[in-house]
Amino acid sequence: MFAGILSLLRLILGSLRDLAPIVLVIFFFQVFVLQQPFPHLERVIVGILLVMLGLTLFIQGLEMGLFPIGEAMAHAFARKGSLFWLLAFAFCLGFGTTAAEPALIAVAAEAAKAMAEAGMVASDEAAREAYALGLRMTVAVSVGASLVLGVFRILKGWPVHLLIIGGYIIVVILTFLAPPEIIGVAYDSGGVTTSTVTVPLVTALGVGLASTIRGRNPLTDGFGLIAFASMFPMIFVLLYGMAMR
Amino acid sequence: MNLLFHISDVGLATMLDVLPIVAVLAFFQIAVIRRKPASLRRIVTGFLYVLLGLTLFLVGLQEALFPIGEIMATQLTDPVFLGVEAITVDWRDYGWVYAFAFAIGFATTIAEPSLIAVAVKANQVSGGAISVWGLRLTVALGVAVGVSLGTFRIVTGTPLHWYIIAGYAALILQTWRAVRVAGSIVPLAYDSGGVTTSTVTVPLVTALGLGLASTIPGRSPVIDGFGLIAFASLFPMISVLGYAELSAWKAKRLKQRARDNNGSEQ
Repeated sequence: MFAGILSLLRLILGSLRDLAPIVLVIFFFQVFVLQQPFPHLERVIVGILLVMLGLTLFIQGLEMGLFPIGEAMAHAFARKGSLFWLLAFAFCLGFGTTAAEPALIAVAAEAAKAMAEAGMVASDEAAREAYALGLRMTVAVSVGASLVLGVFRILKGWPVHLLIIGGYIIVVILTFLAPPEIIGVAYDSGGVTTSTVTVPLVTALGVGLASTIRGRNPLTDGFGLIAFASMFPMIFVLLYGMAMR
Repeated sequence: MNLLFHISDVGLATMLDVLPIVAVLAFFQIAVIRRKPASLRRIVTGFLYVLLGLTLFLVGLQEALFPIGEIMATQLTDPVFLGVEAITVDWRDYGWVYAFAFAIGFATTIAEPSLIAVAVKANQVSGGAISVWGLRLTVALGVAVGVSLGTFRIVTGTPLHWYIIAGYAALILQTWRAVRVAGSIVPLAYDSGGVTTSTVTVPLVTALGLGLASTIPGRSPVIDGFGLIAFASLFPMISVLGYAELSAWKAKRLKQRARDNNGSEQ
């Protein structure tokens, strides 16, 4: 019991340390640079306590839930030995987590607005919504496809850097062919797809696969799935921009 | 009372967010693997912790830090505060903006839960050779430089793709060298680009970009406001590879010196 309280205390202290920089930065700029009073101090303090508690719980849940299930599924698929189901799982995980991602919904709506203002899309509501939906589905399919390739790479032991560099070269070439309005959106779409729940799960999946399959190193082969998941959307969104021109 | 409403609102949104993931996991577990995972109860408890934790985390951020951070981003980019005349744009007048971008990029990355997850896993997998804080600080420094440079780009209005392409070129050169001296770090370095931009970083950095693009004459928020996230995901890859090269070089020099000392003693 005592040990439990002690370890919880240590976790909370850890969260405090994780949050200290962001609180200090905002405090410093508010008081010393903008020279303004700190508004709603009691609300801020309650908020910071909530953030600390939340981060502590999240990290606890990470070790108890997300990491173990990711690794357990990797082991189960490896034992089962069915390539089809493993790749189907990878695709569904990528597609399912991205299609409903709130950050992506926001970015897609912004992008449709930007394209309508540039005259690339008819500026009525229906056309904009169709464009935003198409963009979202494009990104979701691309994340699904990226996990399929990423998992396949772990099985085959291909070096990650050749695939990533190849991908970036494709991004650069497409940048010159795609309409300029889509470029900022495309580059940003890589960053918004990887949510806080997906990242630990996908990382555990990769590391679990790499440590189960003989001849694979968990460090060199297990990481890299997130990198594919952030690169593929750029390529697919640039292509989408070209196709919808 | 308001706070309770806010918590239940965010809690519901988080649940909807996690639902597809749980559905995919459950389907494959039940229909394909057809075996109950060991310690199912513990895993379910862990998921509940993650749900509750993320909810409280988001509510706290939205109550305490995001409103001030967003107002701050608009105030710092206000021409009146910066003492800029609205007609000409001189990039030297925006010193505080670059400083804020650097500081907020660094601080939000340190608090980013998905980066903590990847750092913990990398530490476990490498048997402690990769330290959790070493990775987090290196990534945070990369994001700080990236976001700062991104605001400079918005101020000067130079095209986004030239910066990104130059960054890719640097990355390719670094990879080519790192593969030989510190090959095992390369996939992790690439992953750290994707994990930096989620819950904490995206809202504040986006507010900064949009604030900047809408106050600077001649910039359009819809075109110039995008792109900061791309900087924030590119630069950590460069900083992590740079750090790996630096430690490999230091280790090599130490070995060299030890060999030289041994040689002179004999």
